[in-house]
Amino acid sequence: MGEILLNKPGKKIILLGNEAIVRGALEEGVNFVSSYPGTPASEIGDNFFRLAKKVGVYFEWSINEKVALEAGIGASFSGLKTLVAMKDFGINVCLDALGPFVYTGTKGPTVIVVADDPSCHSSAQWEECTRGISYLTHIPTLEPSDPQECLDFTKLAFQISEKFQIPVMIRITTRAAHQRAPVKLGRIVKPVKVGKFIKEPKRFVTLPPRVLEMKKELLEKIEKIKEFSEKSKINKTCTGPTCASSGLSKSQIGIITSGISYLYVMEALEELKINLPVLKLGFFYPLPEEKIQNFIKKFKKVLIVEELEPYLEKEVERLAKDVNPKLQILGKNLIPEVSELKPEIVTLAIAKFTNKKLKIKNYELKIDIPKRFPQLCAGIPKRGSCPYWLVISAVKKAVDTKKVIFGGDIGCYMLFGTPLLNIQDYLSCMGSSVGIAHGIKKATQQKLIAFIGDSTFFHAGIPALINTVFNKSNPLIIILNNQTTAMTGHQPHPGAPAEPNGVKIEEIVKACGVKNLKIIDPINQEEFINTIKEFLNKEEVSVIIARRPCIWIKK
Amino acid sequence: MDKKISQFNMLIVGTGGQGQITLLQILAEAALFEGYDVKTSELHGLSQRGGSVEIHLRFGKKIYSPLISQGKADLIIGLEMQEALKVYPFANQKTTFLVNRQIISIPLVKNLTEKEVLENLKKISKNIILIPATEICQRELGKAVVAGVYLISLAAFKKLIPIKPISILKAIKKIIPEKYLELNLKAFNLAKG
Repeated sequence: MGEILLNKPGKKIILLGNEAIVRGALEEGVNFVSSYPGTPASEIGDNFFRLAKKVGVYFEWSINEKVALEAGIGASFSGLKTLVAMKDFGINVCLDALGPFVYTGTKGPTVIVVADDPSCHSSAQWEECTRGISYLTHIPTLEPSDPQECLDFTKLAFQISEKFQIPVMIRITTRAAHQRAPVKLGRIVKPVKVGKFIKEPKRFVTLPPRVLEMKKELLEKIEKIKEFSEKSKINKTCTGPTCASSGLSKSQIGIITSGISYLYVMEALEELKINLPVLKLGFFYPLPEEKIQNFIKKFKKVLIVEELEPYLEKEVERLAKDVNPKLQILGKNLIPEVSELKPEIVTLAIAKFTNKKLKIKNYELKIDIPKRFPQLCAGIPKRGSCPYWLVISAVKKAVDTKKVIFGGDIGCYMLFGTPLLNIQDYLSCMGSSVGIAHGIKKATQQKLIAFIGDSTFFHAGIPALINTVFNKSNPLIIILNNQTTAMTGHQPHPGAPAEPNGVKIEEIVKACGVKNLKIIDPINQEEFINTIKEFLNKEEVSVIIARRPCIWIKK
Repeated sequence: MDKKISQFNMLIVGTGGQGQITLLQILAEAALFEGYDVKTSELHGLSQRGGSVEIHLRFGKKIYSPLISQGKADLIIGLEMQEALKVYPFANQKTTFLVNRQIISIPLVKNLTEKEVLENLKKISKNIILIPATEICQRELGKAVVAGVYLISLAAFKKLIPIKPISILKAIKKIIPEKYLELNLKAFNLAKG
């Protein structure tokens, strides 16, 4: 951990993909970093949080990803080198700010890191492939495969941003973010710049009719970046695991891949002992179209190995029309679109693609091995059990759980939905337990309890709460005030009493116009139970703030 | 190591909170000390909170994938018996299972017994080594928490991993914070026997 600041260029140290991104940014002399915690991106912010003062970088855990990006935009407009990091769903929250930012472009170079989580290991909502955002917003996008590329591509992204004055996105996935490997270090540059905002309304104000000129300028910029992408070494052709470029010209088949999938392709070729031309794309957007066309023009067939949605496959289909209309393009017919890829899946696909026999020996044990679901902390030595157990206990005693609807939200309390506890009837995105509760209460006469964590309340719950007041509905909202962002690794938020610039949740709730409000330590079970019963019969929205710290908070 | 192996694949499995990521860091550093290329994979966040935890470590001349392919594990270290059995698709007939003799029971379901786990492991491989690591560490050191460090050290001493014990020792000193170092060194020495 301490090695991340080691200033010995050329030395190899083991870094996690996310740490390598931090290191890359430090080697570029980043000035300003903002983030909102979310697996698998959290360690980027965690490391800056720990190191910021030491390295002279400004870092903040923002209230949500949109605010984090807006803060980053402000820093960039003021000339600072800026990095904003988040998990995949964060970029959706950002989208409103991201679109115009790509139009205005950057002043200080800006890199946005987005971490997808194929297979939804730590992402309850949906299996997102953020590459779609690249098309939607025209943001140049790079896809590293391993920690070395995480470092190198982060540096390159800053350089592209500086050269073309446009934000650049680094799109990683869980297996790149949480992959450890030796990384060759460069030199850390001390950030020295002091920001200054110089008025340039033509540049920073997106207002019609100027906004359409900006779009035109953006598309011209993208053409130039495409030329850069054509020449870039991060879009490389190689054959098999040796990566030697000899013997490329004779092959009638080849593979196009990117990101983590590239590693599985190389693994598979090694396993199958075959050499094939492989085009590894470091750029996802804009694609080096000529390079792809040159790669495919003499082939009879090509295999596209990519995780999740077939964006590359569709691009190759389009590009083949001009240069090789008879080309057989294989992709999602051999590679699944659901869940992350694994080396054996790719090996099997390449074996089929090359008509190579693959001996697979599958063991099948006839035994039921019980599933071990994640669970709320319980009986931890010296710390005890999660305070949410007390909330669950009170709720179960206060109501008939079969008759009441329970709204879930994003945090450790998603585990309320496990078969054992079974008090979660819907679960969607950050803040939605309250937003959806309002709709259900408007549509039905049924009783409803919505759970929302404190960090999630700050992130996206407040507008939804105001909506219940303004548009008059009466769910019971239980704000789980454990005073930390527990699920992602205990990052701070304004609702913790220890925060010097804290914001009191009860003051917000009151200011939203909520009349039925109680703050209860759930250890006081009787009061909690009675309040739930009382509040469920109210004609207006009611809120209980269940205040008791997470057992992992340092005292 | 005089003769470098081309590839070594190992899994460490257990339940959330057994310190797998620390073990992974120690082994990755030790492999790097020996001049190997290394790749590892782990999961963070809610998925590991009390649930099954499965981490992958690969080292050798040149490593691409951070994940081990099914049937390709050389060594599986199980910190809990049911978890060790759960990852059997990664094993083959030659795979060594180094398993902590401990069942951490899962509430409200039928758990497997030691006997059931062993019988099934034996259907996969003959190389099953069962060690009461939790019990040994609790008895000898008063701390069960170092069972993992004890097991990886034991794996090195028994030559189940092509990494020298001295490299593991060096890595422990590098990775473990000062405050816990003495205890972990004791676990290492305990494995030395």
